[in-house]
Amino acid sequence: MKLTLKIWRQAGPDAAGQLVTYPVEGISEDMSFLEMLDVLNEELIGKGEEPVAFDSDCREGICGMCSLMINGQAHGPEVTTTCQLHMRSFSDGDVITIEPWRAEAFPLVRDLIVDRSAFDRVIQAGGYISVNTGAAVEANNIQVQKHKADRAFDAATCIGCGACVAACPNASGMLFLGAKITHLGELPQGQAERDSRVVKMLNQHDAEDFGGCQNLGECAAACPKGIPLDVINQLNRDFMKAKR
Amino acid sequence: MPELIDNLYSLGEPIQDTKAPGGPIDQKWTTAKFENKLVNPANRRKLSIIIVGTGLAGASAAATLGEAGYHVKSFCYQDSPRRAHSIAAQGGINAAKNYNDDGDSTYRLFYDTVKGGDYRSREDNVYRLAEVSTNIIDQCVAQGVPFARDYGGLLDNRSFGGVQVARTFYAAGQTGQQLLIGAYQAMERQVAAGTVTQFTRHEMLEVIIVGGVARGIVARDMVTGEIETHTADAVVLASGGYGNVFYLSTNAMGCNVTASWRAHRKGALFGNPCYTQIHPTCIPVAGDYQSKLTLMSESLRNDGRIWVPKKREDCEKDPRDIPEEDRDYYLERIYPAFGNLVPRDIASRQAKNMCDEGRGVGPQVGDFRRGVYLDFADALSRMSRHEIDAKYGNLFDMYERITGEDPRVVPMRIYPAVHYTMGGLWVDYDLQTTIPGLYAVGESNFSDHGANRLGASSLMQCLADGYFVLPNTIRNYLAGGPFEPVADDAPEVQEAVASVTSRIDALLTVNGERTVDSFHKELGHIMWEYCGMERTDAGLRKAIDLIRSLREEFWRNVRVLGSAETLNQSLEKAGRVADFLELGELMCIDALHRTESCGGHFRAESQTEDGEALRDDEKFAYVAAWEFTGGDRGPLEPPVLHKEDLVYKFIELKQRSYK
Repeated sequence: MKLTLKIWRQAGPDAAGQLVTYPVEGISEDMSFLEMLDVLNEELIGKGEEPVAFDSDCREGICGMCSLMINGQAHGPEVTTTCQLHMRSFSDGDVITIEPWRAEAFPLVRDLIVDRSAFDRVIQAGGYISVNTGAAVEANNIQVQKHKADRAFDAATCIGCGACVAACPNASGMLFLGAKITHLGELPQGQAERDSRVVKMLNQHDAEDFGGCQNLGECAAACPKGIPLDVINQLNRDFMKAKR
Repeated sequence: MPELIDNLYSLGEPIQDTKAPGGPIDQKWTTAKFENKLVNPANRRKLSIIIVGTGLAGASAAATLGEAGYHVKSFCYQDSPRRAHSIAAQGGINAAKNYNDDGDSTYRLFYDTVKGGDYRSREDNVYRLAEVSTNIIDQCVAQGVPFARDYGGLLDNRSFGGVQVARTFYAAGQTGQQLLIGAYQAMERQVAAGTVTQFTRHEMLEVIIVGGVARGIVARDMVTGEIETHTADAVVLASGGYGNVFYLSTNAMGCNVTASWRAHRKGALFGNPCYTQIHPTCIPVAGDYQSKLTLMSESLRNDGRIWVPKKREDCEKDPRDIPEEDRDYYLERIYPAFGNLVPRDIASRQAKNMCDEGRGVGPQVGDFRRGVYLDFADALSRMSRHEIDAKYGNLFDMYERITGEDPRVVPMRIYPAVHYTMGGLWVDYDLQTTIPGLYAVGESNFSDHGANRLGASSLMQCLADGYFVLPNTIRNYLAGGPFEPVADDAPEVQEAVASVTSRIDALLTVNGERTVDSFHKELGHIMWEYCGMERTDAGLRKAIDLIRSLREEFWRNVRVLGSAETLNQSLEKAGRVADFLELGELMCIDALHRTESCGGHFRAESQTEDGEALRDDEKFAYVAAWEFTGGDRGPLEPPVLHKEDLVYKFIELKQRSYK
């Protein structure tokens, strides 16, 4: 198929950026979206133009490194990561606009690459259970009710890609934060630090310039891993309890 | 000048001492932990350690050494430590907990791992791995890793290939992700505590050696392009495997050999480079544009039947129109006892044989169709759609997303793909390379899996190394410190920086005609054809010639645009491919010299009457540890082979049979 790509090009954080139009041909519907960009980049290098910079690593939907706003949707039209989006989701002649994640907390690095280190700092603020190596008790001394273990797991499947932030009109990181609060809060091991964790992580979230949550639900709709919106309710409940 | 063998390599001194303590095998690790010197908590604050890589081995080591009080600097090329490719591991992690009382034990896990490795691993290391396996589960549970549980709230287990007990702990099909997030969180806790400093989007490009010992690294800030020097009292490489030498593999796009290869070039021996694992059930290549291969869990072989058409002319037909009598269920035909459940290497090799005969299916890429059917029609007639989906629904959906075909309707197509590299930097019992002060953990070392790795063992090894082994061995070295500080203008540092910058300059100034990816693809094609599932004397010799001329062309004709002072992904790739072009030659030399077949290394000249891998224990029961001798951006000097004899005191060597 033939496509027209409009891609955000920006040489660096302080440079001016613009959408640049690139026609591409011979795109197979079996290509992944990122393979389509690989094809474009090979052509650009052949013509002596610098390739488009974009992030990707595992290309199997689990590492969370890939991103991209595709026609205004985080990770594009399907509920999956960009690396798992395939060209059969598009049609011959389509115009596709490709932009980076846009959020105050994710400053642009180059072209389609942004800096998501704010997520690391939110985790550093308390997204863990404090147990030194060697200090653990025998694993089966800790029993976890199956439904709680399952909910913890579902929340823990967050890949930290940032689609929730990119999709949110407020660029809020609450779904990411709520997922971690729910993961650790559902487990008996996570109780000792439950109150302090939510307060510290939320403070860091705000300090990173993520926006507030208005329960619009765009985040959960865009999440490639289907993290449910109720993790934000959990976050709010835990926060209210901690502040009491 | 030592005598050249085959005009390719020479023989050096054998390796006599692996530094393992004496005594009964089940006492060795206890002895080592006691005899290794201690560093008191006050002194730990004066000592620094660099760790390259943040996968399971690197992140767990950083967390543990940070908790102990050392200063740790952690490096990764991704934008966050949580992205490291351990995250993609699906199946599970083995541990000899014996929660099911089905006869498991440390000794049985040790035995299974040595046997699974086709008797080419070191007994002492593997026993220790089995011994600490149970501690890993305890640690991960305490951290909040949400392993699967039963309705009683206790941990659930499943069984995995090549063993008869259920010892695999898992978190749905995302065990690697959950373990890595656990290790990452433990590491981030230490970042907050100030013991670990993390450097993301940094790539190690050289190791700094002062007075014969490792004292730091040269790294490139991939955002600003700045070349930085980082010095420390010890350096740990946790930089993963080198499967991407094949271009297409199940590895992440960025996985590379550069950290290990730079260390190898500076004197660290490289162990068993030719041992690679090819996984039989991956989604086949769809076209020349393909950038990576995706694994489909091996569990599919429990209910799917593998076949190809009997007649070549049927290969283009809709498989549903091919009648039963025209189908060749070749694994069931050749191996009636094990059928579709033969081990990974056999299933892989037979798929290749079928396609080489021209009976492959799916799109033609190059000269052949590279795919075989994995058919669930029988299973669907036996089980309800609901039952099938409960078992395989997520895998079917993943397959459909990638190929556009529903395996419930059309047979799935699969083909083998490079998955894991058992070879890596040679290490002693302490996980120290042949450069003092330089350690290698996880997939980057060669130590525990011999010639073939069993399922659910890579996660176990990475976390064993990082949480429990390295922290207890590196202290024996660090007790001799703190060492004399290394000045930024020391000649050794300056020389390392100069070698990095001149190499970057060289890559940017060739300004040739071909892209980096085109070289990488061609190298991958050579490796896959001649150093892949089946290797022959003639093929390997041909591959060595092809790689040499490709490397020559690379440095004459590669095109890398942009500058060194910005984020430049072509430049990053170019450096990695340059190193793969050197590694590929060594892999072929290693594969050529090892004229036996063992595990993942199948030499066509060495097989049983039934076509199984035939070991030669008389000649080859050793680790091949290769020494780099020189050459840069062109011909390499012949490497020197050092042999470490493998002595089996506890386990008897046997020939595998799956008929």
